Amino acid sequence: MDKTVYLDNNATTMIAPEVLDAMLPFMKERYGNPSSMHGFGGSVGKDVARARIQVAEFIGAENDYEIVFTGTGTESDNMAILGSLAYYRNRRHIITSRVEHPAVISLCKKLEKDGYRVTYVPVDRDGNLDMGLLKESVDDDTAVVSIMYANNETGVIFPVGEIGVFLKERGVPFHVDAVQAAGKIPIDVNAIQCDLLTISGHKFHGPKGIGALYVRRGTRFRPILYGGHQEKGRRPGTENVPGIIGIGTAAELAKMHLRDYDTKVRMMRNRLEDGILGAFKNSHLNGDKTRRVPNTTNIGFEYIEGEAVLLYLDERGIAASSGSACSSGSLEPSHVLRAMGVPFTSAHGSIRFSLSRFTTDKDIDHVLAVMPGVVNRLLDISPYWDSEKQQGRPINI
Amino acid sequence: MWDYTDKVKELYMNPKNVGKIDNANAVAEVGSIVCGDALKLYLKIDDKNIIRDAKFETFGCGSAIASSSALTEMIIGKTVEEAEKITNKDIADYLGGLPEEKMHCSVMGNEALEKALAHWRGEKITDHVDTEGEIICHCFGVTENLIRNVIRENNLKTVEDVTNYTKAGGACGSCIPKIEDILNEMAGEVQKAEAKKGEKKPLTNIKRMLLVEETIANVIRPMLQKDGGDIELIDIAGKEVHVGLRGHCAGCVVSDVTLKNLVEAKLREFVEEDIVVHEVK
Repeated sequence: MDKTVYLDNNATTMIAPEVLDAMLPFMKERYGNPSSMHGFGGSVGKDVARARIQVAEFIGAENDYEIVFTGTGTESDNMAILGSLAYYRNRRHIITSRVEHPAVISLCKKLEKDGYRVTYVPVDRDGNLDMGLLKESVDDDTAVVSIMYANNETGVIFPVGEIGVFLKERGVPFHVDAVQAAGKIPIDVNAIQCDLLTISGHKFHGPKGIGALYVRRGTRFRPILYGGHQEKGRRPGTENVPGIIGIGTAAELAKMHLRDYDTKVRMMRNRLEDGILGAFKNSHLNGDKTRRVPNTTNIGFEYIEGEAVLLYLDERGIAASSGSACSSGSLEPSHVLRAMGVPFTSAHGSIRFSLSRFTTDKDIDHVLAVMPGVVNRLLDISPYWDSEKQQGRPINI
Repeated sequence: MWDYTDKVKELYMNPKNVGKIDNANAVAEVGSIVCGDALKLYLKIDDKNIIRDAKFETFGCGSAIASSSALTEMIIGKTVEEAEKITNKDIADYLGGLPEEKMHCSVMGNEALEKALAHWRGEKITDHVDTEGEIICHCFGVTENLIRNVIRENNLKTVEDVTNYTKAGGACGSCIPKIEDILNEMAGEVQKAEAKKGEKKPLTNIKRMLLVEETIANVIRPMLQKDGGDIELIDIAGKEVHVGLRGHCAGCVVSDVTLKNLVEAKLREFVEEDIVVHEVK
């Protein structure tokens, strides 16, 4: 196999060829500054404006000026939370979940040190939010609620629409981290009724280094960077024009291809998942089977360790990812799996496969053909597996 | 992606001596599935004290598998006496080196070897507490003796090093002060004297205020917050620090103990020896 079978699309995606073509002129002859008072730069501004409309349409925003271009998804997440806190100076409470991306969790941990109160809403064994606790936690002191649309590790979709309606009635700002939803399921900011929403270009076949934050008209919000008038002063700094053109084109394409995710990609994901779960007694699904983005499957393998699985897969040309401690450089398994209470026998053995519209049936065939050799070899090496009886050995901990 | 050597890659893809020995006369198991890696080592030692065969079963990442394989390859044919001299560093060297964060895999190999040889000698193996001293890191079950051995053999200097080599301190972090104590103690008197010299310099007001604020934010507040309490810095006048206790601490019957034994003690430890703390109610 010469070509890598790339099943790590929740980490990053390939730039779509159309996106690259659209960007290239802005890295070559059309290098003008959109703010300039001459046609050479000013004409670039028109393309930036078009990209803004493309992104607005992608997420159902009514007005193009509700889109603020940023550097990354992380920056958008930070800006949403810090920007809300900067406006609501008297409110000292933040609500988020235990399974958010580090872009939100690490910031919240830092804010706790600064004296803010943070509620981390727990999830159940299937990765679903404790909605009762979330709603109970909202009080007059709550400055912002930040919840992800879909989880990056399990693909589980949260009921952001229900949260949005609830918070709207109480006048509490709502930020949705939609980085892992964008391009996989339709996003409509008016159906969700969120005030702020984050997306990142490279997760839906756009370039890296460009994100966007949707800021609903009338949302109370202060910038976190100060400088020029760009992005109406909400995110100053000369625009990353090639990136903006890239995310705009990627957004338009992603909207066109949403149906592929609901059909073709979902079918391939299910075939991969069913194939693996059926083949290995020691495997189980992590995350609610019925409420997931169509491209992600997270499979827990008991008695074997995730990094070893990834290394063996890599050797056979397959790129996937793991929530195991070893693969991340930390010593504990992923915070998402721990929050879900995944059993200790498989907490270190989770493998995430994330597909894209560029994934092929042949790719899935290859993975299904390779998996038995990998899993059975590692089970043979494991002290916790009885190869003769084909079952786990009793474990004393 | 880890930067593994070709030798590590070769050995995790094609490990040697995988399996068990049915009539082994030395067996040891270290690590656990909860911690993310475990190694079971089987040895067959003959009556001339030569290790005739060694096999392993490992749960863990690539470098854990490679370290286990390396260990068995290194000890087969050696006498018990020779094998005893092998350190975790020898295992890492055999592999052409391991990433710092993965050094604990080589330590696990060495630990299994020591434990297996003790088993063969007939030493009673109960648990860590009896044989290897107090458990320092409860998250990963790491004992004081193991930490001391690894510091000595690898000339470790920082808590981060100790975590890389033993995992201790890598989860909840509550044992980090204990690891620091061990490191300080083992660093010897020289360093202590040097540290003393550094402390002698009188602090300026500004420097003192900054240090007080930092210590409250990074050390004291996190400790209080664990019990639902909090602290507010109200004023600093010379060496007199005025604070308000908040949250659970505010109504706590032992708040004066907290004030002296925690707030003042920590400020004295990290800022200056003669800081006095007052509570503003």
